Amino acid sequence: MSDTDLIAATAAGTAALIRDRQVSPEECLEAWLERTAADDLNGYLWRADGESATNGVDGKADSPVAGVPVAIKDIFCTAGVPTTAASKILEGYRPPYSATAVRKLADAGMPMLGKTNMDEFAMGSSNENSAYGPALNPWDRSRVPGGSSGGSAAVVAGGLAPWALGTDTGGSIRQPAALCGIVGLKPTYGSISRYGMIAFASSLDQCGPLTQDVTDAALLLSQLQGRDEMDSTSTGIEGGVALPSAEDLTGMRFGIPSDLIGEGVDPGVKAVFDRTVARIEELGGTVSEIVLPHAGHGISAYYVLAPAEASTNLSRYDGVRYGIRDSNADLTSMYEVTRGDGFGPEVKRRIMLGTYALSSGYYDAYYGRAQRVRTMIVRDFDAAFVDVDFVITPTSPSVAFGLGEKTTDPLTMYLNDLFTVPMSLAGIPAISIPAGMAAPEGGGSEMPVGFQIAAPAFGEQKLLEASFALEKAINFDPSGGRVR
Amino acid sequence: MIEREQVLHVAKLSRLRLDEDEVSRLEGELSSILEHVDRLAEIDIEGVEPTSHVVPLENVLRDDVPRPSLDRDLALSQAPDPHDGAFRVPSPQAEG
Amino acid sequence: MSQELEAVIGLEIHVQLATETKMFCGCRLSFGDEPNTHTCPVCLAHPGTLPVPNRKAIEYALLIAAALECEVAPRSIFHRKNYFYPDSPKAYQISQYDIPIAGAGKLGDVRIHRAHLEEDAAKMIHVGESGRIQGSNASLVDFNRGGTPLVEIVTEPDLTSGAQVREWGQLLRATIKQLGVSDVNMEEGSLRCDANVSVRPVGSKELGTKTEMKNMNSFRFIERGIEAEVTRQKELIASGGKVVQETLHFDPSTGELHSLRSKEEAHDYRYLPEPDLVAIAPSAEMLVAARDALPELPAARAARYRDELGVQESAALLLSFETDWAAFFEGVISEDDSIEPRVAANWVTGEFSAELRKQDQALESSKVTPASLANLVGLVSSKRVSHSSAKTVLESMVADGADPLVIVEEQGLEQISDSGELETIVKAAIENNPKPAEQVRSGNEKAIGALVGAVMKETKGRADGGEVTRLLREHLGL
Repeated sequence: MSDTDLIAATAAGTAALIRDRQVSPEECLEAWLERTAADDLNGYLWRADGESATNGVDGKADSPVAGVPVAIKDIFCTAGVPTTAASKILEGYRPPYSATAVRKLADAGMPMLGKTNMDEFAMGSSNENSAYGPALNPWDRSRVPGGSSGGSAAVVAGGLAPWALGTDTGGSIRQPAALCGIVGLKPTYGSISRYGMIAFASSLDQCGPLTQDVTDAALLLSQLQGRDEMDSTSTGIEGGVALPSAEDLTGMRFGIPSDLIGEGVDPGVKAVFDRTVARIEELGGTVSEIVLPHAGHGISAYYVLAPAEASTNLSRYDGVRYGIRDSNADLTSMYEVTRGDGFGPEVKRRIMLGTYALSSGYYDAYYGRAQRVRTMIVRDFDAAFVDVDFVITPTSPSVAFGLGEKTTDPLTMYLNDLFTVPMSLAGIPAISIPAGMAAPEGGGSEMPVGFQIAAPAFGEQKLLEASFALEKAINFDPSGGRVR
Repeated sequence: MIEREQVLHVAKLSRLRLDEDEVSRLEGELSSILEHVDRLAEIDIEGVEPTSHVVPLENVLRDDVPRPSLDRDLALSQAPDPHDGAFRVPSPQAEG
Repeated sequence: MSQELEAVIGLEIHVQLATETKMFCGCRLSFGDEPNTHTCPVCLAHPGTLPVPNRKAIEYALLIAAALECEVAPRSIFHRKNYFYPDSPKAYQISQYDIPIAGAGKLGDVRIHRAHLEEDAAKMIHVGESGRIQGSNASLVDFNRGGTPLVEIVTEPDLTSGAQVREWGQLLRATIKQLGVSDVNMEEGSLRCDANVSVRPVGSKELGTKTEMKNMNSFRFIERGIEAEVTRQKELIASGGKVVQETLHFDPSTGELHSLRSKEEAHDYRYLPEPDLVAIAPSAEMLVAARDALPELPAARAARYRDELGVQESAALLLSFETDWAAFFEGVISEDDSIEPRVAANWVTGEFSAELRKQDQALESSKVTPASLANLVGLVSSKRVSHSSAKTVLESMVADGADPLVIVEEQGLEQISDSGELETIVKAAIENNPKPAEQVRSGNEKAIGALVGAVMKETKGRADGGEVTRLLREHLGL
């Protein structure tokens, strides 16, 4: 079979080709490595060669994904392979161990294509916070791919990987998936082990798939989910995950939180959203209005809680045991200069914010209060899910913006997460599927628009079924993103 | 909203050496973010418990059974200044 | 006019738990092994690593809580305590803050404020270029110890003197030792005790400014250190000064107190609930198991020996602190109902213990069994052997493990019970020692000692001292 056909196949399709012996795992890997070599999106921070791609991978694995290569966000520790979290402070770092998620995929026989670009320590919504240059949106290289899993989204959308691992803390899988016209799933908090996933905000971080379609997302999730003895907050998904097959949305109830979706949404994005809602009704689903009274405060709560947890999670980058050390003058200098040099401006901003929120005298006003608002958001969703099975929103208020367009004011960047943050705070699963195209507000050719569906905790199966049926009806054309 | 003195104090707590540009910039940026965050003060949180974990788990424990430790060479392989089987660091600042 | 001041002392004790593995990872605990040979990505705080609590450490903590009669929190959580130092690889210590596993309790007459679980820091050795500690410009960090499980016990400020701190500290150590949860060895660092010391006017309810005393590695040093600090504070206040909050170290070789100056202001630990760990909610079964696992603890044992068995206070305390000695003692009295426990206890803690020490032997490897010691004590009680002869017998028993009766016969140590024979010897002694005899008759009763000695010499110690004295007095006309 031709390389073009092979590269065009979905991951599930590729797995079938390998299983049916229409292509060997070696041929498959070779074809993909040729593709990664053509990376002009700065999607990869490190690319594997034939040998390193299969290091530690079980070549004899009898799994539904055996032989299908995968790209891994550079936030996952990969033993002996450079892992930087796109930060200068981890330049040259090669972990002495691999993340559980990475190990599971290797045990399932999946070669690793490389480590993908991201916002430094997962802090950002555009991949412009990388110490190694931004990743580019394959649909329009003057635009951002979103973040923080920008590299993973770019390589999947650009046809430089069949699928990729990402992480989502406030929208970092869903938003780049939306901006790049692919599928991105943030599963229920605790579904997938966080062991080996460089921590940003421990109570919010979750690993998840970025894929070409919903079936691939289900397939990759089924390989990743599970309780891990190395992560005491992991639960796995009881009953596991099966590939979806729903034909329509009959009997499913969808809720729109109108109080959340206010004027901040670009008209083009709103139009695609409305069209998709109409499609849901055509497929037999019912749509109603719901309220999530406190979700609008999600950004405020998130930008206290996440930086606070991040400020302590990033304290270990101190020049003692790994990473760079930029001063040996005395202990204080070692800490301050290393960290001052090694962290980028967004990371420093969030560490400062977080430290402030936790510092003596401010805990109750900020962290304590934000935790209580979080409780209220959890309750909002609990109440909503009595009346509906799913909550739907646009994934992002805008399509992919231009490089440098939103970097002058951090707050502007933060507001990108308006619709994704509440689900992170509640720990519930949410997916973004490509729903159409829209022209950017400032002009330019049309860019992908994502549609977000959220479900109750551990409702992944139903979520995938609904997404599967809707995706089929939408029939999004991803070819505009493919790198030639 | 956040004063220069506070910025310097927080930078000290976080062990971040900032240059003058960064300090002034952060003063403005942090103030603007905190202003937005202060909207949280509008909400009535009376009687609401804080959420530290969204996971409904308790008592997740590990049996007291040894697991292999890292080979020392591997443990030190990433150290910026390994010395005599240990991680060497500069001493605290001399009394000035 | 100076007011009388009293000392107010509270203690913070860290107990290293004797589990197989560390608090949050599966590395073995190490004892003087090569540096950094018991580490893993978790206790080295590599990016992406997560803690998982040691079940045994929780069980040991519950055992300690039961022994100290502490309230156990139905639900407790871990917190992060943030500070930067090379011995703290995450730059935060996982500890417990406002919801610890154990609350109010007591031991003896000191109330416990709380007890909680946390992890130990790594070890730092300061070295200079020449390898000497002075002029150090670098430190070496060994992460073997990092992550060792600790239980921190905090008392109420109920202690009032260095002596009381030493006694109570020894009781606490003996109690925890008997639980089998820690080596509680202060020299090795498995038991660490810091003291908060302040003074206030007698009768006042308010607390004065306290100083913290650290790095003292024996209860005797702690006692002296506290006494020195209390004296210093009292003198300071008497001369119109004010106590400043600081951390002090007591140097036992010079008796001096040094301030441990830390370059930073009081730490802002920025405590937050540990998001990587879920709550500990001890089940009813776990609590019952902890209570059931409690051995008879020193305080209770001492009371039982004293009140039920009539053992002397000092012997009761000694026995209650050492389980194997208590077991030996109980073995002795169970052999022979007629032996008074009080007498047996005195033999065990007195002559027997001293003889073992003299012959440089340990109890666990001693050839003397509770049965054979019981035999010996029985021989003395039934006046078949004199107390001093018995000591001779004991010497042989400890050396060879021989049967006391056999030794008595072989060495001819049987007590002279025939009063006729004894009377003859007594009369002879009086005749042969006219001077002391005269002194006794003229009122100097102490001189009788020489006569007793003469009789004992003649009988080779086989006479009962009391009987000898009685006969002497009779024949001296007293």
